[in-house]
Amino acid sequence: MEIEQVAAENPAAILKEYIDPGMGLEAFQARKLAFALGLKAQQINQAVQFMTGLYKAFEETDSSLMEINPFITCTDGRLFALDAKMNFDDSAAFRHPEWQQLRDLGEEDPAEVEASKYDLNYIQLDGDIGCLVNGAGLAMATMDIIKLYGGNPANFLDVGGGATTEKVTEAFKIMLRIPHLKAILVNIFGGIMKCDVIAAGVVAAAKQVSLKVPLVVRLEGTNVDLGRKILAESGLPIISGSNMADAAQKVVAASKGKR
Amino acid sequence: MSILINKNTRVMTQGITGKTGQFHTKMGKEYANGRNCYVAGVNPRKPGESFEGIPIFATVKEAKQKTGANVSVIYVPPPFAAAAIDEAVEADLDLVICITEGIPVRDMIRTKYKMQGRRTKLVGPNCPGVITPDEIKIGIMPGHIHKKGRVGVVSRSGTLTYEAVGQLMELGLGQSSCVGTGGDPVNGLKHIDVLKMFNDDPETDAVIMVGEIGGSDEETAAYWVKANMKKPVVGFIAGVTAPPGKRMGHAGAIISGGKGTAQEKLAVMEECGIKVTKNPAEMGKLLKSVLK
Repeated sequence: MEIEQVAAENPAAILKEYIDPGMGLEAFQARKLAFALGLKAQQINQAVQFMTGLYKAFEETDSSLMEINPFITCTDGRLFALDAKMNFDDSAAFRHPEWQQLRDLGEEDPAEVEASKYDLNYIQLDGDIGCLVNGAGLAMATMDIIKLYGGNPANFLDVGGGATTEKVTEAFKIMLRIPHLKAILVNIFGGIMKCDVIAAGVVAAAKQVSLKVPLVVRLEGTNVDLGRKILAESGLPIISGSNMADAAQKVVAASKGKR
Repeated sequence: MSILINKNTRVMTQGITGKTGQFHTKMGKEYANGRNCYVAGVNPRKPGESFEGIPIFATVKEAKQKTGANVSVIYVPPPFAAAAIDEAVEADLDLVICITEGIPVRDMIRTKYKMQGRRTKLVGPNCPGVITPDEIKIGIMPGHIHKKGRVGVVSRSGTLTYEAVGQLMELGLGQSSCVGTGGDPVNGLKHIDVLKMFNDDPETDAVIMVGEIGGSDEETAAYWVKANMKKPVVGFIAGVTAPPGKRMGHAGAIISGGKGTAQEKLAVMEECGIKVTKNPAEMGKLLKSVLK
């Protein structure tokens, strides 16, 4: 059963019980669900055990989702869980070292695995404009504005507040592995992160990876003049964007071969 | 006036001895420009010591009693941050601003549960903090990009708040207060709570509300605006291009089961009379267009 499909087509068929975090799932709540599922009186206790156990496991493992699907009744009345799915809360990883053993890197995007080694928030998309941004909200907005001006973002990348030259270099390397990459946009609103540090990182990275695609950089915030000076004096063919809209328009044009 | 914090606010830093806590306490102190805003620090292992002339106490309660601090800012590492909030709530502070990113959801659910019926307000976690320009800055935002004025800013994201502020400044518009509510799924004040405060603040004329994919805070706030807000609100939602099922950096920024999309949020906001833009470079212009 696809729960998303049920939610869309027949939301009334979904039974809901709200769990008080101080109490946990109470037996009477589980009984209510069991009766509503149409289970027989002699099956109720086993179903309650299933459901309270499910909640206990959900809590203790720091799960963000726990699903048993399908959950079946046999002809002799016994209940069975045939399959299950669990999602874990990444933030709780520090108290669950056992998760490392469950991780199957083959199931993950190689670029995202590589990025996670350097503590970069990276998500692969299918466009051709690489984005390097500080802050998750601004990174999303940067993808949006590229699309708005007719381009296609190749990735989501938040380098975070404490980006170093090494991190920026690795970020460039990851983006440059995208085979159809046409251009890169660096969009930084330096708060705590100073623009001159980012600029030095961009220059070092661009030299180290021998950049072959156009690079548009928009810098704003702390030490912005110093940062722009470093870019201008680097001798690299960096296209400067005066603000977010200007930078986005320039990178979209560059991705289409117009300079 | 302003919301949440002003020049009379007295702040304690929980986690004052860590690198981040030290740096931002120093920056906050400098921003206060000689006014005595940062009055205490808390570290259970270093009571009696001091940092930049700020005395360190063993507990929040003691710091409050000895210095009159009424607000706390938290830079404690994620495994201990929820408990740091609990301690500040138990000490009946007015406000707790939690900057820490990466607190387990389960910890925050417990903390929120314990906060029910208590007087303390929470901003964050995983947020840039709150600033009332030219008066006080509590958090990690760059102080110098702001100036005092009459526009309120509320956002889940840090850098996107700076972007909005930067655009306002280019148009010569200052801010009354800027509040970052944080990128986590379980947090304290939501857009609606902050909008209510801006609505009641005589020195705020209009509000920029910046949202992102995930959850339904923006929709809830929009319906409230439609029924109650006396001031113009403009908005932007980040993540129109975000793929479903992926967490976009922030723990709370995820489209799940087809819910929490930017398109849906924008549609509800427009329906509720909030002017929205799909262009993040035009937040400032849009706000200016609604000023009388």
